[in-house]
Amino acid sequence: MDWSSMVGGSLQQALGAPAIIYCLAAIGLNVHFGYTGLLNFGQAGFMAVAGYALASLVATWGMSFWVGLVVGLALSVVLALLLGIPTLRLRADYLAIVTIAAAEIIRQTIGSVTLLRYFGGQDGLQQFVGTFQGLNPFHNSVTIGITTWRPYDFWLLVVGWTVVALCCIVVYLLMRSPWGRVLKAIREDEDAVRSLGKNVYAYKMQSLVIGGLIGALAGFMSALQNSSIVPSQFATDTTFFAYTVLLVGGAARVLGPVVGALIFWFLITFLDAFFGDATQGAHPLIPTWIMSNDQASVMRLIVMGLALMLLMIFRPQGIFGDRRELAIDAR
Amino acid sequence: MRVRLTAIAVLALVLLGFVLAGTATAQAATPTVGPAPRAATPARAAAAAPATADDVIHIKGKLIDTRFTPPRPVAGVKISVSQGSKLVGTATSDSKGSFSIPIGNGATVLGETFTVKIDTSTLPKGTALRDPKKVELKQRILLSSDVFITFPIGNNPNPPTSTAIQGVQLFTDGIVFSLLLAMASLGLSMIFGTTGLVNFAHGELVTFGALIAFAVDDLPGTIQIAGANITIFVGILAAIVLSALFGWFQDRVLWRPLRHHGTGVIAAMIVTIGLGIFLRNLYQYFAGADNHQYSQYATPTPWHFGQVLVTPKEVAVAAFSAVVLVAVTLALSRTRIGKATRAVADNPALAASSGINVDSVISVVWAGGAALAGLAGVLLGMTQGFDYQLGFKILLLIFAAVVLGGLGTIWGAVVGSFVIGIFINVSTLVVPAELKFTGALAVLIIVLLVRPQGLLGRAERVG
Amino acid sequence: MPAETTPAAADDVDPRSLAEVPAEPGAAKPDPILVVDSVVRRFGGLRAVDVDHLEVQRGVITALIGPNGAGKTTLFNLLTGFDKASAGSWSFDGHPTHSLPAYKVARLGMVRTFQLTRVLARLTVLENMRIAAVGQRGERLARAMVAPLWRAQEREVTERAMALLDRFGLAAMCDEFAGSLSGGQRKLLEMARALMVEPRLVMLDEPMAGVNPALKQSLLAHVKSLRDEGMSVLFVEHDMDMVRDISDWVVVMAQGALVAEGPPESVMADERVIDAYLGAHHDVSLETVEAEIADETDEELAADD
Repeated sequence: MDWSSMVGGSLQQALGAPAIIYCLAAIGLNVHFGYTGLLNFGQAGFMAVAGYALASLVATWGMSFWVGLVVGLALSVVLALLLGIPTLRLRADYLAIVTIAAAEIIRQTIGSVTLLRYFGGQDGLQQFVGTFQGLNPFHNSVTIGITTWRPYDFWLLVVGWTVVALCCIVVYLLMRSPWGRVLKAIREDEDAVRSLGKNVYAYKMQSLVIGGLIGALAGFMSALQNSSIVPSQFATDTTFFAYTVLLVGGAARVLGPVVGALIFWFLITFLDAFFGDATQGAHPLIPTWIMSNDQASVMRLIVMGLALMLLMIFRPQGIFGDRRELAIDAR
Repeated sequence: MRVRLTAIAVLALVLLGFVLAGTATAQAATPTVGPAPRAATPARAAAAAPATADDVIHIKGKLIDTRFTPPRPVAGVKISVSQGSKLVGTATSDSKGSFSIPIGNGATVLGETFTVKIDTSTLPKGTALRDPKKVELKQRILLSSDVFITFPIGNNPNPPTSTAIQGVQLFTDGIVFSLLLAMASLGLSMIFGTTGLVNFAHGELVTFGALIAFAVDDLPGTIQIAGANITIFVGILAAIVLSALFGWFQDRVLWRPLRHHGTGVIAAMIVTIGLGIFLRNLYQYFAGADNHQYSQYATPTPWHFGQVLVTPKEVAVAAFSAVVLVAVTLALSRTRIGKATRAVADNPALAASSGINVDSVISVVWAGGAALAGLAGVLLGMTQGFDYQLGFKILLLIFAAVVLGGLGTIWGAVVGSFVIGIFINVSTLVVPAELKFTGALAVLIIVLLVRPQGLLGRAERVG
Repeated sequence: MPAETTPAAADDVDPRSLAEVPAEPGAAKPDPILVVDSVVRRFGGLRAVDVDHLEVQRGVITALIGPNGAGKTTLFNLLTGFDKASAGSWSFDGHPTHSLPAYKVARLGMVRTFQLTRVLARLTVLENMRIAAVGQRGERLARAMVAPLWRAQEREVTERAMALLDRFGLAAMCDEFAGSLSGGQRKLLEMARALMVEPRLVMLDEPMAGVNPALKQSLLAHVKSLRDEGMSVLFVEHDMDMVRDISDWVVVMAQGALVAEGPPESVMADERVIDAYLGAHHDVSLETVEAEIADETDEELAADD
């Protein structure tokens, strides 16, 4: 078993584009769920709308990359309004059901043969990252410690983590303000907040829009990651992964999604590599009657589902959460 | 205490998985496409499926009807392979839609070109090639390994029937699907009504039933009474019983402790998400990612009612589910436990103070709801085959049905299921078939805009 | 603190204003702050609230009493915008408020508390107070990120909050999570928080429910001090001692409708009120019934915790 290459590969994932994408998605969910208590199960929909706006405007309609970014952000705001207007006055579970349904509608529509000409069906779109590649100042591979990055990947990593840092600063500034205080109060008890003269509906809508915008950034990263975009990047599981990332790091903490994404991707990749290795070859470490090589590839999802459950039950405030908060949760 | 219970739950779930393991490891061994996102592990992909280099080379393929999700295999279609004017071999697609035609030893056929032809007259009624001109494929053998080809089958581009007949056909198909959807929805709605839990792992209860029946079906030999093969009926019975146990068990070890702990609705919803991911992938672990078919009734001959086709299996499934639905709704309105259930759904505190044991009522509801879902799973599997995502794929339709009818109302779930089930079928007259689910979900959102409490729900205080 | 704790305090506030008012349901008041007309709320076939006319006098303490299920809390919910009436209209201080959402009602100066306290558990006691201040610049999204725009106002808000916490004896716990307070402390916090909104009418839904006797006296004093500061108070209560002690006027509801109105002493002796409370059991004394009701309330609270 080649431990150092397994650790190296896991580190590569934990620092690279996958972690950035889920980190941004989780920062958006943190605004929704962690701070406001809104159960958005359709973050993948926000990502898809933005990613596909960028990809199709450039690849299909030949517009500029920058126009794509702006339209992507604008469409995610529109989506937030469309989802929020009917559901934010209703109970929390309605928002969950409507957002998950909307995300599926978006994914299935984008991947349909009917709109093949615009969105490329299940094969998706390519050839839209030229402008971004052109800005790349790195021309050689970069090696840091035991990880090595191709120029484009390293450029993506630098831009990605910069965006993450900016988002964290924005979230920090917002959540220490009286505005953020109202969001947190809504999470605790929205009727009480209403009785104090706050327009709860408007605050929830603002929260939905801001979290959706950050989700849109995750969508852009997802499109840039492999220089191509396909509908399966925005499946329902994408949203649930982001929830796991958020809960691992701790909801309602500015850096929770960052910590969560690093840990999550390191562990998930490591598990995958470990079980892959352990079931490989003529005499695998784990006998084939227990686990075949194919079965090994679903282990990480099994572990992830279990982790999401157990975290929510036992440590809803995250692995490094505050014990005082736990005391209140357990009341 | 709670820690121990949860640990037991996890252990027991794994054990349940092992029950399935014996039956399904064969399927798991075939290469499958894992769900995204997946980290790159190229080494493993290359190691899969070694070619039988010195053996006879086959032209293989699988005929599937892509109008359905998951695609249905198309059986009984003749395929022929010829080289120039010389016929090399013919085959008929089997119950899984597969065919395989040997074309000769690897060394002799390398570099040769073969023509593969499908006999369109043997296609089942109502199906056609997606591209009607593509009845022949030319295939040059470049590697000494088996060659896979496909003939996409889908919507008949020139339907011989009128729109009205088509509408009736789709409506009939819709009714059958609605009945199955209604059973699954009723389970979800009952559990929501009594506990307030929106269960995103309900789809996995549906898949569970299908898998149990498959495990019984896959046992060596057949189960017979007086010479009649009743394997599938034993499978259905096993699915109902084990699903009920599974539901009861879930409530006892997971949901009841969480309820008593005062876990909020939102936290519980995320727990169901985790449980759903866990179970779904556990199913894949043991049953593989393939589409499974039950051995019996795989290729039914349809009955003709005028120009409308109905298979005997569909009639049996529809009749059975109708009986079950009527029985369940009657039980809810007439029996003691049914009345207790509705009392708990109305007002748990009041029910408790009038001497109803709320916890045991909820346990019964979980068992009943899971049994209904499991039964829906087997019957869905019988009509269209299934894979480990069977329930997950229809989960949103279940939600659409339940919300449309009114969350937590018994009749609402049934009515909503009929609206959704018929809508997704009949809408294909105007909407591309691939977007039929999308249409149903769009209807859901529009209804929420206009009438948030659903068709049959009581208006409650909002905002 | 200006409030006196003797029962005689009820007569302190300008008795002339209500002296002329006839003790009958729907009586007109000389200076009403709240006027309610033909309010109906149906739940299915049940008329939970059906009030023809009700006026609440400004600057006094009005108690709303009645047996369980009389519709008191439902009426509260309707008036404060937390429930939608099937029919009817009402106005607060001249503003029609029957079609306003809850937050606008609160901003007009009509602030309520809840039967089961609703503190914001994972916010500190001080944050619970600060959030209630109205017109905060930093609550606008556009300005929230620029702290200099709201820091000065935040300081003012904090000072006011600390003063109120001091008055309610909670200043020492200002950095605790509100979720860690005891039941009685939560009641105090909720009342203090309502005052941060600077209301003209405070509506208290069972302020004494679940509060231990030691704290009751201090709560009573706080309620009286609200009146002494010029606020109007309307409260729902089962605790008859409290009603007798501090209210200037009592309104009685039964089965959704008003059955009696008047000064505490006369209402408590009113045949119709005793009827409403006792139903068929005419021979039981009012005290026994009060005790029963108190028990029920305790049970409800226990069930909800």
